Amino acid sequence: MAGALNLALTDALSADERVVVYGEDVGPLGGVFRVTDGLASRFGETRVFDTPLAEAGIVGTAIGMAMNGMRPVVEIQFDAFAYPAFEQITSHLAKLRNRSRGRIEMPVVIRIPYGGGIGGVEHHSDSSEVFYAHTAGLRVVTPGTPDDAYTMLRAAIDSPDPVIFLEPKRQYWAKAPIARRLDARSLTHAVVRRPGSGVTLISYGAMATTALEVAEAGARLGYDVEVIDLRTLAPFDDATVSESVRRTGRAIVVHEASGFCGYGAEVAARLTESCFHYLEAPILRVTGLDIPYPPPMMESHHLPSVDRVLDAIERLQWDDHVVLPDEMG
Amino acid sequence: MTATETFAGSSAGALPSDEPLALIAANGSPVEGSGLRRPADDVVLDLYSAMVLGRRFDAQATALTKQGRLAVYPSSRGQEACQVGAVRALQERDWLFPTYRDSVAIVTRGVDPVAALTLLRGNWHLGYDPYELRVAPQCTPLATNSCHAVGFARAAALKGESTAALVMMGDGATSEGDAHEAFNFAAVWRAPVVFLVQNNGYAISVPTNKQSAARTFAHKGIGYGMSAQYVDGNDAAAVTVAVGDALEHARRGGGPTLIEARTYRIEAHTNADDASRYRSNDEVLLWLARDPVDRLDHYLSARGSLDTFARQAIADHAESFAESFRQRMSVDPELDTEDLFRHVYADPPEHLRRQARRVAADAA
Repeated sequence: MAGALNLALTDALSADERVVVYGEDVGPLGGVFRVTDGLASRFGETRVFDTPLAEAGIVGTAIGMAMNGMRPVVEIQFDAFAYPAFEQITSHLAKLRNRSRGRIEMPVVIRIPYGGGIGGVEHHSDSSEVFYAHTAGLRVVTPGTPDDAYTMLRAAIDSPDPVIFLEPKRQYWAKAPIARRLDARSLTHAVVRRPGSGVTLISYGAMATTALEVAEAGARLGYDVEVIDLRTLAPFDDATVSESVRRTGRAIVVHEASGFCGYGAEVAARLTESCFHYLEAPILRVTGLDIPYPPPMMESHHLPSVDRVLDAIERLQWDDHVVLPDEMG
Repeated sequence: MTATETFAGSSAGALPSDEPLALIAANGSPVEGSGLRRPADDVVLDLYSAMVLGRRFDAQATALTKQGRLAVYPSSRGQEACQVGAVRALQERDWLFPTYRDSVAIVTRGVDPVAALTLLRGNWHLGYDPYELRVAPQCTPLATNSCHAVGFARAAALKGESTAALVMMGDGATSEGDAHEAFNFAAVWRAPVVFLVQNNGYAISVPTNKQSAARTFAHKGIGYGMSAQYVDGNDAAAVTVAVGDALEHARRGGGPTLIEARTYRIEAHTNADDASRYRSNDEVLLWLARDPVDRLDHYLSARGSLDTFARQAIADHAESFAESFRQRMSVDPELDTEDLFRHVYADPPEHLRRQARRVAADAA
């Protein structure tokens, strides 16, 4: 996936001279995950450059550059290091189009490696998507595959809206062929990764891969599992998800972030509102625990595993037998 | 000019003066030896005229607040030398990045006062087109606009444009992390940007001695490797020359400048504030005696460049400007609930279209 992102940046820099790429260590080093490898030498220091170590400054200057006609693509080194830029993102980046009644455009992409599972120490594994998804005016997206990584990053750079581009760092080393295609819908529409008829798993980022593993394991247990990779967290693709859940009648939302006030709560609420009469069972969530991200030697307890999701599937009231009050223990 | 050359007595790495540089003393007499070049009398007369207008506009805005026509108004009375001096230093191609206390600066730049005040009136967050007169939106969160200006200026430099950005900020804003990051980015990038710190003595109620331990706010520039100057912020001639030289230095690739203009906020923070709780009337009287408008009046009169007729004509023009402004503000603004949804994204997503229809139906 890192290579796909690198190719997307390369092609975007070639296609549009207004695109600039900057952040901490993105120059000669090529970024700590090597996503910008080789770009500085190929495109020069006026297109791809290192900055001082200051996230509010990185995002704040990107806002100014966008006001002046550029299309900045900035890198925040790790999820938790984006928080100093939070004010710039929520109070300015998200609002300037609205504030100016569309006169100021904010075609800014903020790339943020996020999530756990790579043995990172404290502050290197947060899933902070809801902070951004809760903020109107931002597009919050996350690719689940190398092919989507390329297509979605190109679409993000082409978007007239600011995009929080969350890169599931656990997938950086995932290898798969890419089609190197442009598709604006990749930024606005969820995708069904695997069709099924019994239960819909709704996931995104690295967890979309876990969900596919669950589907394979579930098939061996007799469950026909449909897997949706949301891709866009904000705005939410109600149509694709509702259509699936109306068909299957059962849904589980799977994400790494803590469950309380998490993204799954919003999905479950929306599906309850839109699909109540189609549901055969309550919508379940399989999420990270409601704890600060654990140290790497214990992160496996936090991250939703195939077994935890399978366990949830089994709790989806498959038995049509209705337990009457006088039958209860 | 290279970065190491000096301009107006300042260079990167050199300490600013301990006393504010001035061209005109509080009593209107010329001050020599500042190193700042003295502007021609017609330039000073234009400053005076714009300051009279700005003060009248400011007073009208305060009055409109008392009548409930504005939700809130942070007055810049007493700071007209900064507001007008800085804006008059801008060339047409330059950009102004103002804060909420800089409405007079925005109007001086030529923005329609009704459009300039939609934020404080409460009918929309921004009422003017920033690209028309090159005025960025008024910034309410402190110092965040300084980073925007640096990015804007950097983009101009990357595109090969000879454009500079002027950031206005207060003494309190210099304590924000974004101010530090903006200073540092600007210096490292040698971005064509000028930071004008209007030190008006207070961040709402907190005096500058509780804000900063630096000798002056201008002294902070040296740590960033940035040119810095400390000027008398009630002397419009000094402000306009210092800011103008710094802008020209920036446009020529010399990098950023930090300018502190020492001034005073005569009114309370806003109409909702009670300044008597944290400062004495004697202190206000002391600063009223250093009034920036009177100062230019005395200066120009003594030089024979302002007579009774000209003074009256300038006052009459300001009065008619305020009258037209007042009349237009007495008409209720038109509100359209569609505006709440139209520009959240470039193309409103389905859930916002649904909400817009519901709100419109409820309002009907």
